[in-house]
Order: sequence, then structure tokens, then C-alpha cells
Amino acid sequence: MSNLTVSPSPHIHSKDSTRSLMTDVVIALVPAVICSVVFLGLRELLVLAVSVASCLLLEWAVTRFMMKKPSTIGDMSAVVTGILLALNVPYTLPLWIVAIGAAVAIGVAKMTFGGLGQNVFNPAIAGRVFLLVSYPSQMTHWEAPQGLFGADAITGPTPLGAIKEGLLQGSSVKDIMTEHGYNYGQMLFANIGGSAGEICAIALLAGFVYLLVRRVIKPWITLSIFATVALTSLIFWGINPDRFTDPCFNLLTGGLILGACFMATDYVTSPMSTKGGIIFGVGIGFLTVMIRYFGSYPEGVSFAILIMNSVVPLLNRWFKQKKFGRA
Amino acid sequence: MKNTFSIGGIHPHDNKISRDCAITPLATPPTVYISVAQHIGAPAQPLVKPGDKVKVGQPVAEPGGFVSAFIHSSVSGTVKSVGPRADLAGKMSTTIEITVEGDEWMEGIDTTDTLVTDIPEDNKATLEKIRLGGVVGLGGATFPTHVKLSPPPGSKCEMLIINGCECEPYLTSDFRTLLEKGEQVVIGAAIIKQVLGGVPCTIAIEENKPEAIDHINEVIAKLRKISPKYDGISVMTMKMRYPQGGEKQLIDAVMHRQVASGGLPISVGAVVQNVATALAVYDAVQKNKPIIDNSVTVTGGCFPKQANLLVRVGTPLSYIIDSLGGMPSDAVKVISGGPMMGKAISNLDAATLKGTSSLLFLTAEETMRKPESNCIRCGKCADACPMGLEPFLLNKLSRINDVEALEDNAAQDCIECGCCLYSCPANIPLLDIIRMGKAEVMKAIKSRQIKK
Amino acid sequence: MTQTIIWTIAIITVLGLVLAIILYFVAEKFKVQEDPRIDEVEKVMPGANCGGCGFAGCRAFAEAAVAAPNLDNNYCPVGGNDVMAKVAAILGYEVKAKAPMVAVVRCNGTCANRPRTNTYDGLSSCKVKAALYSGDTACAFGCLGCGDCVEACQFGALSMNPETGLPEVDETKCTACGACVKACPKTLIELRAKGPRGMRMFVSCRNQDKGPAAKKACAAACIGCGICQKTCTHDAITVENNVAYIDFNKCKLCRECEALCPTGAIHGVNFPKPLDKEAVKARVQERQKKAREAAAAAAAESNTKEA
Repeated sequence: MSNLTVSPSPHIHSKDSTRSLMTDVVIALVPAVICSVVFLGLRELLVLAVSVASCLLLEWAVTRFMMKKPSTIGDMSAVVTGILLALNVPYTLPLWIVAIGAAVAIGVAKMTFGGLGQNVFNPAIAGRVFLLVSYPSQMTHWEAPQGLFGADAITGPTPLGAIKEGLLQGSSVKDIMTEHGYNYGQMLFANIGGSAGEICAIALLAGFVYLLVRRVIKPWITLSIFATVALTSLIFWGINPDRFTDPCFNLLTGGLILGACFMATDYVTSPMSTKGGIIFGVGIGFLTVMIRYFGSYPEGVSFAILIMNSVVPLLNRWFKQKKFGRA
Repeated sequence: MKNTFSIGGIHPHDNKISRDCAITPLATPPTVYISVAQHIGAPAQPLVKPGDKVKVGQPVAEPGGFVSAFIHSSVSGTVKSVGPRADLAGKMSTTIEITVEGDEWMEGIDTTDTLVTDIPEDNKATLEKIRLGGVVGLGGATFPTHVKLSPPPGSKCEMLIINGCECEPYLTSDFRTLLEKGEQVVIGAAIIKQVLGGVPCTIAIEENKPEAIDHINEVIAKLRKISPKYDGISVMTMKMRYPQGGEKQLIDAVMHRQVASGGLPISVGAVVQNVATALAVYDAVQKNKPIIDNSVTVTGGCFPKQANLLVRVGTPLSYIIDSLGGMPSDAVKVISGGPMMGKAISNLDAATLKGTSSLLFLTAEETMRKPESNCIRCGKCADACPMGLEPFLLNKLSRINDVEALEDNAAQDCIECGCCLYSCPANIPLLDIIRMGKAEVMKAIKSRQIKK
Repeated sequence: MTQTIIWTIAIITVLGLVLAIILYFVAEKFKVQEDPRIDEVEKVMPGANCGGCGFAGCRAFAEAAVAAPNLDNNYCPVGGNDVMAKVAAILGYEVKAKAPMVAVVRCNGTCANRPRTNTYDGLSSCKVKAALYSGDTACAFGCLGCGDCVEACQFGALSMNPETGLPEVDETKCTACGACVKACPKTLIELRAKGPRGMRMFVSCRNQDKGPAAKKACAAACIGCGICQKTCTHDAITVENNVAYIDFNKCKLCRECEALCPTGAIHGVNFPKPLDKEAVKARVQERQKKAREAAAAAAAESNTKEA
């Protein structure tokens, strides 16, 4: 009788917490992480470790010494950022540059805005883009890895890089593809040049399906990115197959799957409503293809997501879900 | 595809632990405390004074306004006092205290179990009987039933929906009523249907109560053979989803019509009554028995003696708990009603009301709020909101008390179902805050109406 | 190269000129005529925009003051008489000096006086808590302790005392803007005259329960016994709904009520000397004895006259 607890309703709560949701994202990334380590070797593991550790350390330090609040590293979001960043850089990247990327991701893109939930831009992408413009040579330098079990060696530049290079030299898309021996089966299962997250599409898609099954994310943003990329590149490819790459190629290369499944779907930096999410995805897909076709960078997913991140507040305002009993 | 409402909703574990416990009458307590504020609207005016002798079913308070209801003595005995007494939230309300002596019923009340299946034709007389029986909506809102069954002129009722969803976790009193008093409920529904002009009637039951669905179907088939008055009553199986039992949600689920913001169900041609209300209508009309008792689920994961009890109105909560072996030691919270919309009790000396449907015991682990963290903008609250609102936004607006923006974003449409707070992974007390904002908007709307 | 530079400079200069001209005309066209005194009044205002005057901010106050025929309904509690004198000077109005006020928290329900009977587990907000139930003590009228008033105060004058669980007013910072009065759902906070050298008396309780119930809920509750009312020689105390109230306009700070209050619900603050309860009690008893004797004598006299 003595000391009952009283609170406003509801009196029960779902088991979801920020921590459990973020842990689910980490679990979803595990297949991709394993693949990348298998194909790229232990060096990739080192990159992952440094990236995650720097993210955690920085977030702890900022909350502890600057914000003077209880540390928030328990919510696992810094781990997600760390893994995503590591999957977004070449495995050969000097470790101090990885640490700088983590510092920008957590320190600048996340904590200056007030921590998880307040940031405008996806931290991992902000970190990656910062590195891309600050250390272009290291960030675009791809080296043939040995692989953990001496798996097939991967050679040369990323497919997108090779296409861009080739086009500048006046070759047609078809010639470049044959020259490098690209085929889509290979791209889907592994073994294309690129940063860790670009290596195995199947592993990434498996993680995506896990997130869907666990109801962590909804599929609309990702699907609308895929659809838009396919459609836009189909049109261009149809007009001039020598100048423009085909839809399959665009879908399978350049971290599009990683970006669409894991980074565009980041809660904080994507729109709340389904309608807004679809528009958001269309924007990302279209910008990605445009940057790839006409931009000076071979790769456009990161920039496209960053640009669309900045319009999320507007999308949230314009595209609301239908209210009950209202027109 | 099973029937359900179109926007939002959540799927909490239904935890119907007490589903197999038959409704058993609880012994009458030595003293009952009957509050005069047991319904929405004006409190009733006491008709008795200390020293008066009362019988079971005798009116002890009369309606204090148009939207108000009769209140009857649930016991026979002597009125000890009439005065303020703390309710379950510690707030004062006028209460009639009656010392129980014997169990003498008012004349004219049919206390037998014989089923009366003839539906009276005189609607006016039926409505008057419902009014005199003190019948109020027993689904939670306790709105006087005779008022609800007298639709304003110009509006036309097209369907009667009997709400047997019981979508709140834990609660089983409606389920047991459907199983044990299915005939009475269906007859009650037929009476209401008759009052509303013979409109079709749908009894909505969620799929987690298959026994009830089967039983009611059998009952309807049986009654149809007796009288054509029972034609047009059917059972609809609903998908399990909270808050299906919300009036607006249920109409949407059954009729695929959405009541406009600020509108009444009758505006889309619907009247919704709860299963327990249908039973109360049967009792009042066919048996002359006013609401003097109601079934109360006593349950909780930590509670050893699950029960569905038939409790006299005004029984002290502590008496019910003691009769079942006292408070479980690990319970920290006792709730009157379901875990989603029920009220936490601060005063166990308070007594039951007509609308008391359950006593639920929860442990610290089940119920304590977890520390709040930053909103991660996952949008789960907006996905869960059955009214299509944006709780994350209303939360912000309520905190800065921007009444205008709150109204633009339809804070007044909030039905306080708790889905947003339930689903928030950051444990933000969304509903606590939105309720505050909603109250401000309601105040603003009211003052505007007064000016007009 | 040189050409590029020249072109750039030329274009920017021309652009700048054109825009400047457009801006000038737009500014002229949309100029709003305002009484210049509004600016002047606003300048002497404290600039806290607290809304304590009843207007939306200092600017709104200035506009209202300029438009009003006198200053009777426009008083800035924050700036007080000094600021109002300046405002009056600008507008050429008279202003009545008001006694300085201060916020007073009228609840005695410290953790020691008022045991907790249940635990509240929801948003820490008095407003939410008050709407939900009677509170986490047996007193349905007392402070809920969530600090809505502290949050409402723009001047940092209120703070929660962790020991008592009650808010405390820092008199040097309180401007009597009244924000806390509005924020308290239990209407425990009142603006009262500050009193000479800050000395003032007040009943620190709002419990309307009958004596025994109030006493049970809180050891220092006002039980509505009326001793203070009977004692007061200045007619300053009224007892209504089982709770006493001291009218600060009538109170003469004699502290007799404080000495006689059986529960200690009446507080006197900022007095230079501690109250010698026994001495005051003796004084009051002496006076009452004399009054009784005088009354008896008078009654006897009238009796003899009649006889």
C-alpha cells in the first residue's frame, strides 16, 4: 500500500530503445564487415577498429568534457557511424586519416549540433566527403588486396573511376567494360575494386533485409533510390550507350547499395513520412546519376545524400502523412 | 484482409492472462462508497441524507444536468454520510457512504436468470428505462447512454457498432461477458438497434478472442429463430491492433468512414456502444435492474490470483485486493483500466465506479519510465499515431506553448491513446507533454466559441 | 586577366548601385509612421520582455502606454517606480508610486513536514502532475516540487531547495513580474508587498482540508483554527475554507499571529530579531485577560444599571 507509483498513461512501453535499434543496424552491417575483411585482409579490420574507436572516444570526450552531460556512447550510434565510415574509405587509407574522418564525422557533423538526433547531415557521409576533398589522392588510391584467404586478387581502380578515366580518353563505355572485364555477377557477389562497403552487394542486401524484418527501417527510401537510379540511367543509356553506363552498372557500383540501404535511411537525416522519404530517395537517385554522368567526381552517392540531407526539414514540412478525418 | 483501422496503431503483447477465469461475484463489503461523479458531464445530486435506509437498486442521486445520470445504491443498508471523499487520484468528489445491512432489493427488479427475449416496441419507454437505470458507456468514457441514443435532429444513424474489441492488453472482462452473457449482450444490442430505428448492428470482436466470436455467432443464430428483430445483427472479426476500440478507429475499421476532426460519430451515421453497456441496457430494460455492479478484471503478471469479479459499485479497491490475497510485494503500480489508457491509482481506499473495468498490477520492470534521451527522429511515433498526427512535432510545440501552431497541427485531435509514448525508442514522455498542449488548444477553441 | 578583373569590378559596382536604389524606394514606400515616443519609452524600459506588465513585451508595453490616456493600467513591475517615473516624464503623465512587491511561496510542505505517500514517475512538470492527481503527498494543495515556477522565472530568482523540496525566492533578483504566479498550478505563489526593509508576514499554507486532515498530511499546515484571526488587532487576517490569509495592506507586522500559530504555518521574514514566542504569547494573554475583565466589568455595570 505504501508508496505506489503514479504516472500518466500509458503504463507500458515497447522494448525498442535507441540502443536496441542501433545495435540492430550494427548486426545488419556484420555480413558486409565480414566480407570486407575476407576480401581485403586484416588491414581492413584495422581500419574498422580505428574508425569505431575514434568515433567512440570522441563522442565520450565531447559529452564528458564539453557538454558536461552523461556520456551517450551507450546508445551505439557512434559504433554505427564508425563502421559506416570505415566501409566508405579505401582499406589502404593511412590510419591517421581514418581518425581525422572519424573526428569530422562525430566532432563536427554530429556533436556540434547537439549529438544524436540533432545533426543535419549524416555523420559518416560528412566524414567521408571531408576526407574525399581533403585527401583526394589517398581517398581514390586503390590497391590490389591480398584477401584474408588469398582470395582472388582485385585489381585496378574502381569501375566508376575506370569509366570516368576511359571516357575522358575518348573510349566508349563498352570498350572500357570489356577492357576491365567487368561482369555483373562478379559485382553482385564481391570482388570489384572499391572501398570496403562496395565490395559485396549481397552482404549489404542481406543486412538491409534484416533491418526490414526487424522493422528498424521502412523500405521506401531505399527502393525509391534504386528505382530512380535505374530509371534515370535507363533513359540516358537508351539515348547513348557509348557515353552513358547502363542501369545495372549504376546500381551495383560505387557504394550505391551501401548508401541507399544504410546511410540514406539514417533516421536523423531522412524525412519522417513515407511520402517525404520517397521524394528524398528520388532526389538522391537522380543527383547520384547526374553527378556520375556529368560531375568531375566518378562517384556521386555521398554528395547526393548530403545535398538531400539539407532539404529534409523542408520535406518534413511539405510532405506530412494524412491526418485522420481531415482532407 | 482482416478489418482494421487505416492509420497508425501498435501491437503490444495482449497479455490476457485472466482469460480463463470465469466471472465470479465478490462478497459485498461492509461499507460502500458511492461517488456522485461516475459519468462524464454534470455530477449527480444526492437524494439521500445520513440516516436514510436504502435498498439495492434505489436511486441515491439524480442527474445534475442534461448530460448526467442516475446513481443507485448497490447495497441495502443505512446512509452513514454524504460528503467529499478522495477518489483514486486523491481528488475530492461528493460520495455517499452506506453501511451494508442484509441484501434487500428494490421491488420490481427481476433478479432471476430467465432470459427475456421480447424486444419492447415503445422506444420512448425504453429510453426512459435506460435513463432511469443510470446506464452510461462502460467502455471508458462513461457518457450517459440515453443521451447518446437520442441523436440530434437532422442526423441519421446508419449502423450500430457493439464494441467488443477490448484492444487494451490484460483486460478480459468484456471477453468473459461475451462468453458468459452472450445472449444478454445480443438482446441488449437488439434493444439499442430498435431504439435507433432498426439499423444494422455489427458486433466487432478482435481475432484473439475466437471463442467469443464463435459463441456470439451461435447466440445470434439461436435468437434469430425466435424473432426477426434479431436479423441484421452480425459479428465482424477484427485484426488485433491497438487502439481498435477507440470510437473513431472502430468506425473507420467497420464502416471505412472517418469522423471529421471535432465531429461526433453520428455525423458519419454511426453509434458505438460497448459490450458491457449492451449488457447494462438489457438489465435496465428487460429486468428493471439499474447498474449496481460491473465486472472487474483483477490481473497482472505479478498477481497470483487472476480473477474476473462481479463487483458492487462503490466497493473499496483495497477490499477487492485483500479478498484476493493482498498486494503482490513486487507490484509498484496499480492501474484502474488498461495499461495504455488506464489511470494509475494513488489512493487504494477509493471505491469502484460504474466504469471501473480492471485493477492491474505492474512491477517496476514492466512500468517504470526509462531515462529520456535525444529524439532520433525515427518517426516511430508518427507511424504509431492512429490519428495521423506528428507527436514529435506536437512535443516541441507544446514545450514552447505555441498554441496556434499546435492547433494547425491538430493537437486537439489527439485521443491520448498512448501509442506515441509506447513506441518512442528515446523514451520521450511525448503524451505527457502533448496532453498539456492539447489542453491549451481546447481552452483556446472554447474561448473562441464563447466569444461567438 | 586584367580584363576579367575590370569586368568583375564593373558588374559588381553596377549591381550594388541598382540594388541600393531599389532598396531606397522600397524602404520609402513601406515606411511605417510611428509615434517617436514609443521608441523613447522602449529605451527606458528594462528590456526583459517578461510580460509581467500584461503586454507581449517591452515594445508592446511602450505602444500601449503611448496610446493610453493615463498610466493607471500600465505599470512595469520589473522597472518599478524609477522606470515608471521616466516613462511618465516622457509622456507627460502622472504615475502613482506602487509599493514594491515580491513573490512569496505559500507552502510549508518540506520533506520533513509532509511525508511522501506515493512516487511520481512521469514528466517532471507541475502542470502535468496537477492534471493527473492530487500529488505525491497526502496534501492536495501543496507544492508539487517539479519546479514549473523555477522554469518560468526569467530572472533566476527562483530555485528549488533540494533539502526541503520547495522553491525559494531570491528577493534581490525577484522583479515581481508574476510569471511564477501564472506557472504554479496550485496557485501557491502570490505577489505580496515587500514591506519595510523586507519585513513581512504571510500564511505559508493553502490547504483547505479540515484541521485533522490537513494536520495529518503536513505537520506545518494551516488547520484553520482561527486563533490568528482572533488575536489580530488590525483586522488583517481572514480564515476562509479552513485556511488563513493575511492582508498585507492591513498587517502591522506585530508578529502576534506568528507566535500563537499552533502549527507554525505563519511566517515572518527579514525581521532583525528572532521572535520571542513566549514573551509575545504572554503579552497577548495579558491583553486578552484585560479585555475579558473589561468586558465583564462593562457587563456587570450594564446589569446593575438595568437593575
